[in-house]
Amino acid sequence: MIINIARKELKSLFASPMGWTILALLMALLGNFYLTGVNKYFEVMSGAVRPAERVGVTIFVGQTVFGIARYIMLFAVPLLTMRLISEERRNQTLPFLFSAPISLTEIVLGKFVGLIIFLSILIVYIFMMLITLNIWSDIDFGYLLANSFGLWLLLGSFSALGIYFSSLTKQPIIAAILSFISLFALIFLESMFASDPNHWFAYISLMKHFQSFSRGLIDTSDLIYFFLFIATFLTLTIRRLDAERLRG
Amino acid sequence: MSNLTLEAIELTRLFGGREAVKNVSFQLEKGEVLGFLGPNGAGKSTTMRMLTGNLAPSLGTVRICGIDMMENPKEAKALIGYLPEMRPIYKELTVDEFLTIAARLHKVPSKQINKAVEIAKQKCGLSHMSKRLIENLSNGYQQRVAIAQAIIHNPLVVILDEPTVGLDPIQIREIRALIREIGQKHSVILSTHILPEVEMVCDRVQIIDKGNLVFHGSIDELKQHRQGNKLMVGFAKAPALAALKDIEGVTKVEKAEDRMYRIHFKKKQSPAEAIVKLSVKNSWGLYQIAPDQTSLEDVFVQLTQMKPVN
Repeated sequence: MIINIARKELKSLFASPMGWTILALLMALLGNFYLTGVNKYFEVMSGAVRPAERVGVTIFVGQTVFGIARYIMLFAVPLLTMRLISEERRNQTLPFLFSAPISLTEIVLGKFVGLIIFLSILIVYIFMMLITLNIWSDIDFGYLLANSFGLWLLLGSFSALGIYFSSLTKQPIIAAILSFISLFALIFLESMFASDPNHWFAYISLMKHFQSFSRGLIDTSDLIYFFLFIATFLTLTIRRLDAERLRG
Repeated sequence: MSNLTLEAIELTRLFGGREAVKNVSFQLEKGEVLGFLGPNGAGKSTTMRMLTGNLAPSLGTVRICGIDMMENPKEAKALIGYLPEMRPIYKELTVDEFLTIAARLHKVPSKQINKAVEIAKQKCGLSHMSKRLIENLSNGYQQRVAIAQAIIHNPLVVILDEPTVGLDPIQIREIRALIREIGQKHSVILSTHILPEVEMVCDRVQIIDKGNLVFHGSIDELKQHRQGNKLMVGFAKAPALAALKDIEGVTKVEKAEDRMYRIHFKKKQSPAEAIVKLSVKNSWGLYQIAPDQTSLEDVFVQLTQMKPVN
């Protein structure tokens, strides 16, 4: 049943130009950064004389692309999540889902999975774009995989939070603004506590947990953090929809 | 197995302390069409939302074919088709796409989905609109899509909240025929403002007002309310009121408008024949005699101003 809801979401995304446009724009932007990365690599490396200054092409270009991708997605994901529930509420289509023989959990998970599938397309594209480096060099696949996986988890967290804010309101734009602000705060919490990196507040920051992935490291504690983050916001969403059924 | 498809037991719904629906109980049998009437804000839609599991009742139980809506919502919802007041359609999809999704979500087996979509489209007269975007359809056709969505999985109970809103007279007739057809095999609950519609389509009627059930009975009972024991009689040369009142069975005579009289009589003692005979004998010049029907609107107004029955 979850997959049927996910299929419905994907169909809605691709039925309008929305899905296609977002994919195309994001790919154009990231492709641009990829090209700049490759160009810069030669510039920087021709200047680097000592071996210690030299970095591999995978890390150099990978950091450029994945580094910028998370900030671009900070804007893109709220735009995608904002419509998931609030637009259905505004168009009064929620009774269609609520009166079908599916549980609220399935509805929320279905919507989440649908969005994740859409975002995975983007991640697969980014990955494919970066492995074209392999044509003329020898790249570190492990580094790219860890980065892609980290980005995937990060986008999953963005989406879970976005869905929750979408379930709070009737206006998609308000949902987008709220989720953008909270994601922004969660990402920059770390820089706010730069002087005290071990403060528990800094530990909440999404970016702190993304960092190990961006070094090519898959750390289980970060995995658990992302997993809990996603589970928390999805549960809150389910509870919020259930409250609506109870309170009306 | 009993024939009961839907049971509502003492449903009550509070909205912030105000009772939108008070202690409403009713049952529905297989093959019945139940008309649900009431003025605006009477609690029709709230009751329907509770029946379909879209809203949890504050008190009371809903059972669909014996399955409790609160305890086993999935099983109960699988037996229901619901058309809410605001039609729940995804306008960015085509008719086929939308109905396929509806069939999938209602757990129609994947092999039968195409067939189910075809049948639903045929029943609602949408076959020639398959590939059109719902957004581009006229209001009436969108309403048909919404009805098709409610009947696609062949549910045992179909709940329609004002299904004929926005349709033209021909479409209304088609939809009424469709409702009667569904009502033969399954059960239908239908809410409406259009009173003649109830008389045409429904077997039973219930009227709700300010959250209370004020009338509950078969359509014949409603008609009795409607006809009453009255005759409307017109004379060219009007006799004295006393002469009319002396006729056997007559309880009261009122002068209506110009040369017309409203004659009340005792139950099953229609004085029609006596009046005709007397009129011929005394040459009163009888030119009209007919049962005086209260309009359905009047019955409706009367009932909604009465005290609740339960």
